[in-house]
Amino acid sequence: MSDNDHGNGYLVGSNLEKALKAGYFVATGELGPPQSADRDEIEHKAQFLKGIVESVNITDNQTAVVRMSSISVAVMLMEMGIEPNIQMTARDRNRIAIQSDLLGAHALGVRNLLCLTGDHQTFGNHPQSKNVHDVDSISMLHMCRDMRDRKVFQCGDAIKGQEPRFFLGAAANPFADPFEFRPYRLGKKARAGADFIQTQIIFNVPKFQDFMRRVVDLGLHEETYILGGVAPIKSLGGARYMATKVPGMEVDPEYVERMRNATAGLPSIKEIRAMDDPEEVKNARRARKTAAESEGIKICVEVINACKEIEGVAGVHIMAIEWEDAVDEIVKQCQIGPKYDPARQDA
Amino acid sequence: MIVAEQKPLEEIRGMIADAEKVLILGCGTCVTVCFAGGEKEASILASQLRMATRLDGDEKEIAEFTVQRQCEYEYNEVAADYVKNTDVVVSLACGIGVQTMNEQFPEKLTVPGLNTNGLNQPTEQGVWEERCQACGDCVLALTGGLCPIARCAKSLLNGPCGGSQNSICEVYADSETPCVWDQIYHRLKDLGHLDKLMDIEPAKNWHTSRDGGQRKIVREDLRL
Repeated sequence: MSDNDHGNGYLVGSNLEKALKAGYFVATGELGPPQSADRDEIEHKAQFLKGIVESVNITDNQTAVVRMSSISVAVMLMEMGIEPNIQMTARDRNRIAIQSDLLGAHALGVRNLLCLTGDHQTFGNHPQSKNVHDVDSISMLHMCRDMRDRKVFQCGDAIKGQEPRFFLGAAANPFADPFEFRPYRLGKKARAGADFIQTQIIFNVPKFQDFMRRVVDLGLHEETYILGGVAPIKSLGGARYMATKVPGMEVDPEYVERMRNATAGLPSIKEIRAMDDPEEVKNARRARKTAAESEGIKICVEVINACKEIEGVAGVHIMAIEWEDAVDEIVKQCQIGPKYDPARQDA
Repeated sequence: MIVAEQKPLEEIRGMIADAEKVLILGCGTCVTVCFAGGEKEASILASQLRMATRLDGDEKEIAEFTVQRQCEYEYNEVAADYVKNTDVVVSLACGIGVQTMNEQFPEKLTVPGLNTNGLNQPTEQGVWEERCQACGDCVLALTGGLCPIARCAKSLLNGPCGGSQNSICEVYADSETPCVWDQIYHRLKDLGHLDKLMDIEPAKNWHTSRDGGQRKIVREDLRL
C-alpha cells in the first residue's frame, strides 16, 4: 500500500478502498461483458450486483474471447451507480496502449484497476492472433503505481497535468505450482504496487489456509489487502469441469460429491428424458436445477465463512459469471457487503 | 541452430506452377543438420516434383544442386550456371538463404521451400525445441540459464503465471511442455539463488529485439 494518500487519507477514495481501509470484510463482484455490442445484457446482469458489493470487476476479454471493452462497460456501470473495477491484461496491449487507456479510464471516472498478464490466446476464439506481452502483470503494476505516485510515464517522462489514479489490484493463484513460491510472488506483486489481491477461486480451503499461513508469516497481509476468490457452482457438470478442465484450479473432491448428492433423490436426467408429460418434465428439471443451485450456493457460503476465519483475509471476490442473481443470496447468507454487513448498518 | 521444416508439396507446386524449368537449391549448413534442406532432401523433393508434374501432364525440368552455405554470396557463386538455366529457384535454405539468393541473382525469383522455425536445440532424435528468440538483450544470467522469452508462452519476466500446474504449461494441448518458470524456480533453488526471483523485473527493453526495427551488427574492428 502506497504512502501517497492524495491529501484525504485515501489513494483514490473508491468504495473498495474505503471499505477495506475501514476494516470491513468486503465483497466484490464480477461481470463478464457480452460478445456483442448489446448494452441491455450488461444492464440486466449488473442490476443484480447493485448495492450489494463494493465494486464490480469487469473482465478484459476473459479466456481470450472477444468481448465488449472493459472500460466502456465500466462507464455503463457508473451510469447505473455501480463502482467498476476494470481488468487490464498485458496480452492485447503494449505499454503505450495500456497507459493511453488508463489516462482515459481515469478521466471517465474509473478508480479501481486489476492488472493481469491475461489468458493465453490459444484458449480463446482467435488462436491465430499475435500476442503482445510487452509488460507482465508485475511490470504493469509497477508502471501504474509510478504513474499514480511519481506522476511519470513508464519511459520516465513527467505527466504534466492530472495523473491517472487507480486503487491497484493483482491476482494470485494459491493453487498453481510451485506452491511454495506463490506467497513470494504475491509479495512481489505487493511490492510492485498491488494495493489489493484477488485470488483464484477457492475450492480447496485447507490449501488456501496453508497458503495464507505462509502469506501472514511473511507479513504480506499488512502490505496488501487479500480477497479470497469464490464462486457458486451451478451444477455437477460445472463442478466436474472446474475440477478437471480449468488449469490452475483445484477442486476438493468432496464438493463434486456434494453436487452429485444434491440431486440424488430426484429423477435422473435419463428418467426425465423418458417422461411423456411436458409439465412433468419441466417440473422435474426445475427441481434438479433448484437442488443443485442451492447446494452450490451453500458451498460458496461455507467457503466465504471459512475465509472470514482465516487470518489476513480482508474479504472475498465473488465470481458468479452468468449467475449474477445468485450474489445477493450469497452475501445475505454471509452477512457481508454494504447491504448486509451488520457492522455497516449502524455506520 | 536454425531449424526449419519443408513446406507442404502442394504449396511448393503452387509456387512453381508457371515455370517450366525449376532449380531445387539445398543448403549444406543448419538445414542439413536438421534434415530439412540438405543435399538429400533437395534430391527427394526434386524426385517428388518430377513425378508429380509428370503425372499431371505438366512435366517440368527439375534440376537439383546444393551449396555449402546459402546465406553467403561466395558459396552461392558455384550455383550461378544452374540459376541461369532455370525459371525459378526453390530454396531449401532458411529465410536468410532465400533472401541472399534473391539479392544475389535478382533476375530470377527464389521461392522458399521451407518454413524457418527458430533457434532450437536438438533434444532427442527427431526433436528440436526452441531455446532462443534472439531478443538482443540476454536475460539468462537472471533465470538460471533457462530462457523465459523463448520458452514461456507469455514471455514473462516475473513468472510463473497461474497456469503452471504439475510443472506443465497450460498453453500446450500436448500437456507435455514443461513450464519454464517452474524449471527456473527449481534450478535457482538448487543453485541456492532463489533471491534472484525476488527482484521485480521492470518492463523489458524490447528495442534490441525485432521491435526496434531490422537489426544489424556492425563491427568496425572487422571491416575492411
